[in-house]
Amino acid sequence: MPKYEAPRLDRPWKEANPGGVVLEPGNSVTYITGTWRTMRPVRDLAQCTQCLICWIMCPDAAITIEDGKVTGFDYEHCKGCGICAEQCPVSIKQPHAVTGQMGKVIQMVPETDYTS
Amino acid sequence: MVTSKYMPLDGANAVSQAMRQIDPDVVAAYPITPQTAVVQNFSQFVADGIVHTEFVAVESEHAAMSACVGASAAGARVMTATSANGLALMWEMLYIASGMRLPIVMTVVNRALSSPLNIHCDHSDSMGARDSGWLQLYAETGQEAYDNTIQAIRIAEHPDLLLPVMSCQDGFITGHGVERVGILPDEAVREFVGQYKAKYSLLDVDNPVTMGAWDFTDYYFEHKRQQTEAMNNAMPIVRAVSEEYERLSGRPQPIVDCFGMDDAEYAVVVLSSTAGTSRAVARQLRAQGWKVGVVKPRVFRPFPAQEIVEAIKGCKAVAVLDRAISFGALYGSGPLFTDTTSALYNLGVTGLPIVNYIYGLGGRDTLPSMIESVYRDLRQVAESGDRGAPVRYLGLRE
Repeated sequence: MPKYEAPRLDRPWKEANPGGVVLEPGNSVTYITGTWRTMRPVRDLAQCTQCLICWIMCPDAAITIEDGKVTGFDYEHCKGCGICAEQCPVSIKQPHAVTGQMGKVIQMVPETDYTS
Repeated sequence: MVTSKYMPLDGANAVSQAMRQIDPDVVAAYPITPQTAVVQNFSQFVADGIVHTEFVAVESEHAAMSACVGASAAGARVMTATSANGLALMWEMLYIASGMRLPIVMTVVNRALSSPLNIHCDHSDSMGARDSGWLQLYAETGQEAYDNTIQAIRIAEHPDLLLPVMSCQDGFITGHGVERVGILPDEAVREFVGQYKAKYSLLDVDNPVTMGAWDFTDYYFEHKRQQTEAMNNAMPIVRAVSEEYERLSGRPQPIVDCFGMDDAEYAVVVLSSTAGTSRAVARQLRAQGWKVGVVKPRVFRPFPAQEIVEAIKGCKAVAVLDRAISFGALYGSGPLFTDTTSALYNLGVTGLPIVNYIYGLGGRDTLPSMIESVYRDLRQVAESGDRGAPVRYLGLRE
């Protein structure tokens, strides 16, 4: 993934790019949207079948992949929309490793459980 | 100066000829009366291979302006045309075009907005768009519509401006009225408008950019400040292009056209075709010894405050004629009136008796006798010292 410096948020109006043109394509990776999240998706990786449907459906490319396998979530950019949990087709046989609940491989947990 | 060739053309055809000579890269448009002839004739030029334009026949004006925005962001020189409800359907994209700083040029053949349904001329369509960030030129004649369209290209694309321009003319009155129009040689127009080289292009894969992107609480305000700065600094650019075109064509291109204003005691401020009627009346009255004059702004956005105030500040009484109502504005007046009175106040002119006339809505005829009655009213206002009703209605059945 290309590395970019985070856009400066302190430029006075005369120094902004007219029309809001973005001259560094792909620099949205530096724009942290994970702070918007109120619900956090969590995955029981041991029971995941690696169907990749969550990876296909995620509107923010926030499902992390290595060698074609799902590894987790990019929590810096996941907005917590819950589409992955809604679309996950796999009913788990054992209680979820994170929530202890039955249901799907991906489940949503209140973000407040993770922040002080 | 080059020699114009004179042709019998209506205002819409005059604009088609200007578009033929400009030969824009992309035109996306949807037909609506009374604009239809502009694009109909131009599409014939496309079909006949006379121009190199990519013509996009779209399903609505919303799509037309969207296609224009996309093409302009790709780096193309883009033109379109519309009227009335078509312009209203473009609303969302008008702001996107100006906010993205895309120098699109659009002819607006002014027509009344529904409802009630009406196809005839008034300025309610483009006046509603006066805050959309587009420059606005208003033509009195088909000749001016032709001249303004060519100048609009150079104004819009000026590197210090980069804002879209609306070139307006009165529906049917000039749009469908045939007159003698001087057409510049094709090469002269081609040379005048030159090649457009966009600063950024979505098709430039070696220098990729993102346009129209997310702009949140952190930068939106700064970008809008830049946009208003560009508009605030637009008048010298408009003037420079107008002067260059004046030298080329031999036709005067004032920002504000003044008739009889050197010594006028009573003045009418009016846009577009009714300025011609007013001038004819003023000429007759001056022959009878009345000191009357006419002020016609050719440019409405940016608003030529200095020029208008300079012209009228010595008068005994002034009438501003509006072919649109700004509903709920001061006394229910029109936009030209509110801007003119605001300009007077801000430039330190107080105590000048000034009244507003709403006229010609929905294409209602504005006759010379009505303009004459305005001058008589002004004399009454000045001599009695009583302004009377601040907003009056010209040609309305009372």
